[in-house]
Amino acid sequence: MLQHKLQDLFDEPACAKNRAKDAASRKKGCGKPLTPGNTAGGCAFDGAKIVLQPITDAAHLVHGPIACEGNSWDSRHSLSSGPMLYRTGLTTDLGELDVIYGGEKKLFRAIKEVVARFDPPAVFVYQTCLTAMIGDDIVKVCEVAAERFGRPVVPVNAPGFVGKKNLGTKLAGEVLLDRVIGTEEPETVTPTGINLLGEYNVSGDLWNVKPLFERLGIRLLTAITGDARFHEVTKAHRARVNMMVCSQALINLARKMEERWGIPWFEGSFYGVPETSRSLRTIARLLVERGADAALSARTEALIAAEEARVAAELADVLTVLKGKKVLLYTGGVKSWSMIAALQWAGMTVIGTSVRKATEDDKDRAAALMGEEGGLYENLPQREMYRMLKAGEADILLSGGRTQYVALKARTPWLDSNQERHRAYTGYDGAVTLLREIHKALTSPIWEQVRAPAPWER
Amino acid sequence: MAKVVPSGKHCTVNPLKLSQPLGGAAAFMGLDGCLPMLHAAQGCTAFALVLLVRHFREAIPFQTTAMNEVTTILGGSDNLEQAILNVVERAHPKVIGICSNGLIEARGEDVRGDLKLIRARHPELRDTALVYVRTPDYQGGFQEGWSAAVSAVVEELVEALPGRNLHQINILAGSHLTPADLEEIRDTAEAFGLFPIILPDIAGSLDGHVADTYVATTLGGTGVDDIRRMGRSVVSFALGRQMEAAARRIEARCGVPVEIFDRLTGLTAWDDFIAALARVSGTPVPQAIRRRRSQLLDAMLDGHFYFGGKRVAIAAEPDLLLGLSQFLADMGAQVATAVATTDCEVLAAVPAESVTIGDLDDLERLAAGCDLLISHSHGARIAGRLGIAFFRAGFPNFDRLGAAHRLSVGYRGARDLIFEIGNLFIAGEHGHGARIRQGGEHAAVAGG
Repeated sequence: MLQHKLQDLFDEPACAKNRAKDAASRKKGCGKPLTPGNTAGGCAFDGAKIVLQPITDAAHLVHGPIACEGNSWDSRHSLSSGPMLYRTGLTTDLGELDVIYGGEKKLFRAIKEVVARFDPPAVFVYQTCLTAMIGDDIVKVCEVAAERFGRPVVPVNAPGFVGKKNLGTKLAGEVLLDRVIGTEEPETVTPTGINLLGEYNVSGDLWNVKPLFERLGIRLLTAITGDARFHEVTKAHRARVNMMVCSQALINLARKMEERWGIPWFEGSFYGVPETSRSLRTIARLLVERGADAALSARTEALIAAEEARVAAELADVLTVLKGKKVLLYTGGVKSWSMIAALQWAGMTVIGTSVRKATEDDKDRAAALMGEEGGLYENLPQREMYRMLKAGEADILLSGGRTQYVALKARTPWLDSNQERHRAYTGYDGAVTLLREIHKALTSPIWEQVRAPAPWER
Repeated sequence: MAKVVPSGKHCTVNPLKLSQPLGGAAAFMGLDGCLPMLHAAQGCTAFALVLLVRHFREAIPFQTTAMNEVTTILGGSDNLEQAILNVVERAHPKVIGICSNGLIEARGEDVRGDLKLIRARHPELRDTALVYVRTPDYQGGFQEGWSAAVSAVVEELVEALPGRNLHQINILAGSHLTPADLEEIRDTAEAFGLFPIILPDIAGSLDGHVADTYVATTLGGTGVDDIRRMGRSVVSFALGRQMEAAARRIEARCGVPVEIFDRLTGLTAWDDFIAALARVSGTPVPQAIRRRRSQLLDAMLDGHFYFGGKRVAIAAEPDLLLGLSQFLADMGAQVATAVATTDCEVLAAVPAESVTIGDLDDLERLAAGCDLLISHSHGARIAGRLGIAFFRAGFPNFDRLGAAHRLSVGYRGARDLIFEIGNLFIAGEHGHGARIRQGGEHAAVAGG
């Protein structure tokens, strides 16, 4: 059944990269095969959890040994404006006897405990490698539990060993399509309702954008799934437009929502001033095309003009310092290019960007933005990154936690651009925050001190 | 003393326990020129890596054999072989520390046999030590993985050499010790004119130094040559009961006698250690150490007012739990609630009525009315909810600086611990507790 699902995912008409393949290589799946001994990054289970866990009022129960949840729980900064249940680590923590006799009974009892204790609107149950291998039928257990406990108990069949994080996000999209979205009808439907797909409210990203929608009279039905509630996601099929925020992690969801419910979608980003403005314009245009009041476009233009002027004024002092500074970007997917635009807006030069998890389209956009000076890196070995930074080829590295210490050990400024950061970088306010953070990192007085040799070594 | 009670739940809520392979890999980080690797799917390494990076605030070398669905069915030996060859070509490690996981062990893979065949096929691996440890994640936790990895290192590398080096001692360091602790232990042993071989020595690799070049393996830690020589030491000190097994293996192979120190935190505990060093070295206790002992006595005199009668809730792995709870009891505090990750012998010595084998949810349930809560960083939110002062201990500590440099062994470590925890009690007595209750999570976190 999982194989069936995977083959379906590997045939993605909305993905240019996928279309360019012949049938045989399409069947083999997305991404390069993993190289033992030279592989980094999360697994499919990780990806599925990234997508689903931000549903804040649901319980997220991991069926597996302690490694899967014990080593990873509550580690992403997806924020909630209300319920906190999603941050509670829940796992069956399988022991040896469970492996021998099977873990299904324990899973059922665990679901029972979770329901009795937290009374969540829904329980998501995650399959893992070990429980998949020993043949625990979580779909069946969830079926029985749903009936017994009178609420959705949703099996998420994305064990880590089926593939990379990106595959897990897509499998999670399928779960939402098959078992969540469209299972309830909203009381009212308005002509300006939208969803944001792949927006997980990391460090409050969503909250920088939401007020802009409110000022424009655009109604955000739900983000999928940042700061979401289960019973909002179920009604997401009544949106007029879907914006796909996080590269193509949920492209299958966007495409199938269009097929099933006729919701047009586009890919955009809220990183940086230019992309924020472009995304707002696109949303307004698509909504008007689908019957929203035509005045929305004019309101949007007015808001964009006002916000862009405000940001430029607020950042005047910072921009003089940032102008001409060189940045190395080591991130992935949509950020490969949206961040470039954000940094170039501030007069900075991007000397290179990684294009891991990026689509062909992402890569083209990144290359077009950087021009000839910038490098596109599929995989920049840490040794080479260290050399570049040590040699001063970049003034700052923007990356995730894993490469943080490559920069710091090279005594080079660094800023977190991934999910472990503590500040929101989206929208106009986020653009201000991002550039102020870069400014702070670049102008710290420590650099001169830590780079200078000790007195006895001079 | 303590009765061990199972939690009795089917669903673990807010896990305290970390996985065994993670603990095994962490121990391998204390070997010089090492590249730890999980024989597992890629995600296992990714999750564990993030925790290690966040705790130590260091680049962490860590690889995976990247098992997938098909290789799980067909067997993982090809992946293991490729991974070893790739790692050797790219990073030139002196040691590759291989931890298995539940997937590999439940399949019953003969990893040891695989390694023999791989070695036979690839003479170029001659100079690379390959240490495999069986660490299924459906058994044990971080501490057990650590312990098993050190035993595996001993088994693989320690040689039965003739003769004794009268100044050389083995120090087998448990997972509850920080780089700062190991630094203190090394300095102290050296003050007695001894040459300690510390295994694993995360003070060498994870003490947060800034190197001048990029290295793709661990940089610093116990050298392979030193490990080979451990059989010539006059004694093995096992620090933490978890290290007894490794020490016994050296004893069995090379006849090096074993002394076990269940804890090194607190006056009498460190006294015993100092006395042992003096005896083994035949050297009188140096003046500087006597002075520090006197400082600790003074700290106990100054601090005991604030510890007396205080109720403390602790959740930690067995050896850390034992050390902290005995230290607190020594100061007059009462260990009202104790939660451990796994059942083991030392828990009986925890000065509490009972020890629950459970999770942070059990801690939360049992900690009401306590004055202080102690656990790894995930406990911060619980302390916030309960309005109790919070002290971070154990792995992971990802939301405060300086986890590697937290010192709790030695006269100095105990002295500073009295001040740090005593100050939390003082802050609580002066109405800071009320502010914590109002301020919620953040204020409580600031209190820790």
